[in-house]
Amino acid sequence: MTDTPNYQLSQLRVLEAESIHIMREVVAEFERPVLLFSGGKDSIVMLRIAQKAFHPARIPFAVMHVDTGHNFEEVLAFRDKRAKELGVQLIVASVQEAIDNGSVSEPPDGTRNRIQTPVLLDAIDKHRFNAIFGGARRDEDKARAKERIFSYRDEFGQWDPKNQRPELWNLYNGRVHVGDSMRVFPLSNWTELDIWQYISEEGIEIPSIYYAHDRETFVRDNMVYAVHDVCRPKAGEEVSVRRVRYRTVGDASLTAAVESDADTVEKVIEEVSTTRITERGATRGDDKFSEASMEDRKREGYF
Amino acid sequence: MDILRFATAGSVDDGKSTLIGRLLFDTKTVFEDQLDAVERVSRDRGEDYTNLALLTDGLRAEREQGITIDVAYRYFATPKRKFIIADTPGHIQYTRNMVTGASTADLALVLVDARKGLVEQSRRHAFLASLLQVPHLVLCVNKMDLVDYSQETFDAIAHEFTQFAAKLRIPDLTIIPVSALKGDNVVSRSDNMPWYDGSSLLHHLENVHVASDRNLVDVRFPVQYVIRPMSDDWHDYRGYAGQVAGGVLKKGDEVLVLPSGFTSRIASVETADGEVDEAYPPMSVTVRLEDEIDISRGDMICRPHNQPTPTQDVDAMICWMDESAQLQTGRKYVIKHTTRTARCIVKDLQYRLDINSLHRDEEAGTLALNEIGRVRLRSTVPLMADAYSRNRTTGGFILIDEATNRTVGAGMIADSGR
Repeated sequence: MTDTPNYQLSQLRVLEAESIHIMREVVAEFERPVLLFSGGKDSIVMLRIAQKAFHPARIPFAVMHVDTGHNFEEVLAFRDKRAKELGVQLIVASVQEAIDNGSVSEPPDGTRNRIQTPVLLDAIDKHRFNAIFGGARRDEDKARAKERIFSYRDEFGQWDPKNQRPELWNLYNGRVHVGDSMRVFPLSNWTELDIWQYISEEGIEIPSIYYAHDRETFVRDNMVYAVHDVCRPKAGEEVSVRRVRYRTVGDASLTAAVESDADTVEKVIEEVSTTRITERGATRGDDKFSEASMEDRKREGYF
Repeated sequence: MDILRFATAGSVDDGKSTLIGRLLFDTKTVFEDQLDAVERVSRDRGEDYTNLALLTDGLRAEREQGITIDVAYRYFATPKRKFIIADTPGHIQYTRNMVTGASTADLALVLVDARKGLVEQSRRHAFLASLLQVPHLVLCVNKMDLVDYSQETFDAIAHEFTQFAAKLRIPDLTIIPVSALKGDNVVSRSDNMPWYDGSSLLHHLENVHVASDRNLVDVRFPVQYVIRPMSDDWHDYRGYAGQVAGGVLKKGDEVLVLPSGFTSRIASVETADGEVDEAYPPMSVTVRLEDEIDISRGDMICRPHNQPTPTQDVDAMICWMDESAQLQTGRKYVIKHTTRTARCIVKDLQYRLDINSLHRDEEAGTLALNEIGRVRLRSTVPLMADAYSRNRTTGGFILIDEATNRTVGAGMIADSGR
């Protein structure tokens, strides 16, 4: 076998080339793009692709995190470190601040996923961003499987699944009126396994909580939650130390861990390629509220 | 490992969701929690069996109405290949959705019901696949279990379809008898049809050769973005970033830049990981030239003796995609072709095509939603146009309504002199 029979790229390099193309289109066509960066694996991969798309120039946009105030400390530390390394401006839109100043109110159940949306929309308005990169993938959820790479949002940030722009070839229609915006998903065609294989091939560092480690945990609704300031066991929920890792990182009050011994990227790839449970099904309490919870939140302006 | 992108098409109730469900299921792509959710919803709705269509119909309105509204993208993999399915609804707005799905597809998969044989929609789907120049077409004759796995039935449908396809541009046609419900010939070969000696559908999808479908002859590099780092380390750096749309670019190659016509040589082909020897589709790279020339987004780098035609007058087939306004002669639109965006005017609608009979209506004055016609456009600036049949990337464009910003049309540049 030769190295490049028939000028063939591997699937990861095809996906990377497509994502680079998407990022360059946005920067060429929009005045104020921003990239949503949470310190999670998908947004870390997006930053790597952004680096590649504009090399040797610096990444030509800021990154923004909507911080619920309920995040894992390791992830926030990683977020700050990576932004500094890359020399990009990090904007933090704080849900806690929005609660403190009364612009949103804390839901009775204490989970802050839903109130992220108005905080995000306010931040977009305040900074006049008109293109917002998100790390969502179509394999994550059936509503996302329907979404365009350039996802048009009206002045309220709303998604209308029945009124999407057709998307042909690699020609993206980035035209918006003042006040409207575009959510852009460069990783649309990637799967969870692609992300991990890319992290491995590129040797990308990610927060330690993605790898197996010992943690104080308890079980609720068949999911393993870590004991955290915002996620305390109720009476009858027994705390014990388990060896766990996280498949997604989000709000600590909603994001469950999975029991795992995968403490290296190779072992994680092995685990992800044989698992029988989806990423969100295994770890996200918020998607279980209803059959269409993701769609409903996206309609309100969520990612 | 490589990727195969395929688009599925079929009319209502011919078992498309079941077929996709079966492919996902038998390749172990359906996860337990997804299946649990589908079983729970099927049970809550009082359905007798697990409705696999619920795996693919993700929107609230789709579930309520039991129909598929829009193109959805799905992913599965086998040890041989990764697959991206553009799952296009057969129900409403079929043309627009199928054109969308087929625009990026290496292969189109059309389903027919063995009991009904070819229907109008089967011909329409085949025509659209050929219009969009999808290089490979697979016709799945489904529900073979309901015709007693009859070879005569299959042969008659296969014969009729082959005759019809001969009138179209379909370079590679494969016809497979399947039962999506029972799993015959979907993932593995079926014992129920010993007379069939071809591959199963999955085996075909895993092995169909797509690498040679790209145009590696005509060098086309639409400049997407100019990289000029304002930093001390890279003071004089000027790189032209883009995705290779055709041909192979190498250091030292003589190149010509359109529309200016300046020539130079490639000083280097770069990525963030370093210089590369060669760049080919669909690589995203940065090209540096030996000479300082003024090049900006929308320009095209090609070879001196192999150029697209810079032209302000473009003949093209248009598929109209907007329900709220029709294409009208004399109207102006925004045209996006490669990385170049301009304005254009519809000079002439030469004919509207009836995609069932392939009849050309030369009296037509408009194109409505899902209608296809041949137009002549004049653009404000030259477009570096190739025939779509030669290069799907430099031959395709979209039309955008200036007032609403909606994508209203998909265009395919016609072969010159045809």
